[in-house]
Amino acid sequence: MNRKALPWGPMARMAGRRLLAAVPLLAVVTFGVFALAAASPFDPAKAYAGSAGLGARRDVLDQLRANLGADEPFVTRWWDWLGAALTGDLGESTALRQPVSHVIGERVGWSVLLCGVAFVVAVSVGTVLGVLAARRRGGWLDRAVTGLAYTLEAAPPFWLGLLAVWFFSVELGVLPAGGLTDTGADVATAGQVASHLVLPAAVLAATQLPWFVLYVRQGVGDALAEDPVRGARARGLRERTVLLGHALRSGLLPVLTLIGSRVPELITGALLVETVFSWPGIASATVEAATKVDFPLLAALTVLATAAVLVGNLLADLLYGLVDPRIGFDG
Amino acid sequence: MGSRTRALRVSAGVMAAVVLAVLVVPLAVPLDEQAVDLGAKLLPPGAAHPFGTDEVGRDLLLRCVYGLRVSLLVGVVAALVATVVGTAAGALAGAFGGWPDRLLMRLVDLFSAVPHLLLGIFVVALFRPGIWPVVASVAVTHWLSTARVVRAEVLSLRSRPYIDAAVSGGASRWRVTVRHLLPAVLPQAGLAAVLMVPHAIWHESALSFLGLGLPTHRASLGNMVNSARGSLLAGDWWPTLFPGLFIIVPTLALAGLAGAWRARLNPRHRSELTL
Repeated sequence: MNRKALPWGPMARMAGRRLLAAVPLLAVVTFGVFALAAASPFDPAKAYAGSAGLGARRDVLDQLRANLGADEPFVTRWWDWLGAALTGDLGESTALRQPVSHVIGERVGWSVLLCGVAFVVAVSVGTVLGVLAARRRGGWLDRAVTGLAYTLEAAPPFWLGLLAVWFFSVELGVLPAGGLTDTGADVATAGQVASHLVLPAAVLAATQLPWFVLYVRQGVGDALAEDPVRGARARGLRERTVLLGHALRSGLLPVLTLIGSRVPELITGALLVETVFSWPGIASATVEAATKVDFPLLAALTVLATAAVLVGNLLADLLYGLVDPRIGFDG
Repeated sequence: MGSRTRALRVSAGVMAAVVLAVLVVPLAVPLDEQAVDLGAKLLPPGAAHPFGTDEVGRDLLLRCVYGLRVSLLVGVVAALVATVVGTAAGALAGAFGGWPDRLLMRLVDLFSAVPHLLLGIFVVALFRPGIWPVVASVAVTHWLSTARVVRAEVLSLRSRPYIDAAVSGGASRWRVTVRHLLPAVLPQAGLAAVLMVPHAIWHESALSFLGLGLPTHRASLGNMVNSARGSLLAGDWWPTLFPGLFIIVPTLALAGLAGAWRARLNPRHRSELTL
């Protein structure tokens, strides 16, 4: 990219437009969440009462339902929830018996740490493998890397995670099998967190890896067949300079710009990996909330994930506009 | 060309073996996959049990075949439902244009903004237990790509002369859609369905692993991995390893077949990314 100042104005306008569009979208998502819950056989009163609700009399349950506001139509409940959410009150998690905002605040940092480390590992390892594969298309290295990528793509993340636990924790005993700290430890020291982070981050990175490998391979492979590379070769530049200075640069850019659009897959992977490793992030809380039909928590986390996806999309479009000025920031 | 035909042959062969196994084994093999033998629990792979046995002594090879049967059945049904929904939405949007198009495409945007597995978890959490919530969960999250592909295809077909001829011949919009547009997009929709089966199996196995999917008496491969977690921590790897391999192998074979089909349908499509 040239050294001109970044087009802050158009970028800010694009971000502003997207933000305005995101507000109704998020509202509709929450509406859909409440409508779905209303259409389902799920009963908030029974969920709240837990096993005590099994033998409870009908009028007791009705009373509870009235107390919870669950006897009102779902549109009313949705509107009340939305109003409360705007003031920061997301309700009470029935499974964890804590305010939802408290649950999210406590856990979101751990999820961001896990996803961030995994993503950086996936991008760097994916780039190296992709370039190696693209260098000689159809060679043994290319076939090995592509085969590995397709196998990883087909492998369920939870299965990879479990096998990693078995090999590194049970057989070799070199890394902890799950959690954030050693059992019995009260405070999370950096060293403990780091050793507990290795396995989940590696597995999450492995689930994200195939996409990067295959796209970098495609991009660099295509770039190797184009004129700038041919010109560079004709000038007698070293193979290393051609590969890293010319082919990688033009092949990697489109991949990097698409990183933002990988947020949904990252969340999907985190849901499974955090559960396998009992990582105390929001993804494992989501699974827990779903298992116990903790509606307030589930609704809030669905909205949060949707917001994350929208931010990722915005990031992708901003980068794309920066890299390719023909696209611009009109979307 | 050689390696491509070989890959196609291998994929087709594996898929044929898989389909044959899940159809024939339950009929031809007299063994009971649910037969509990506590004297033979957690035997490592060996001559009597090629894949070993699980924590209550059931033969894992037999259980994997039955699990694959369940996973494949649910996967195919779910992929079909998702494809039908997606094709209907895409054809409607493409053929009618105007506000139905805008509405449906906003809906597609809306559904793609929620991560798939999360939306799927939400649906099964509220409607479980059973097979149909799982099918619905796959359909709700997977109709989007088909809708996009079919809509684009319909839009490009609409400008063809034979559609103009049908319209000037007095055919109604409905008739043009059903008689002229839908049959033309069926190959693409079929390809989308085949490509979706591995995704549906993946989705179902993830839900079942989380304990939110199929009921355990109809164990799918995901259920099997979930129930093997205890044995795995005791060091017994085989009840975890083999069900996972039974997910990976058909997925790769189906992707190989779908890739070959796509190369035939869209010869100018250069990307080799099939999954």
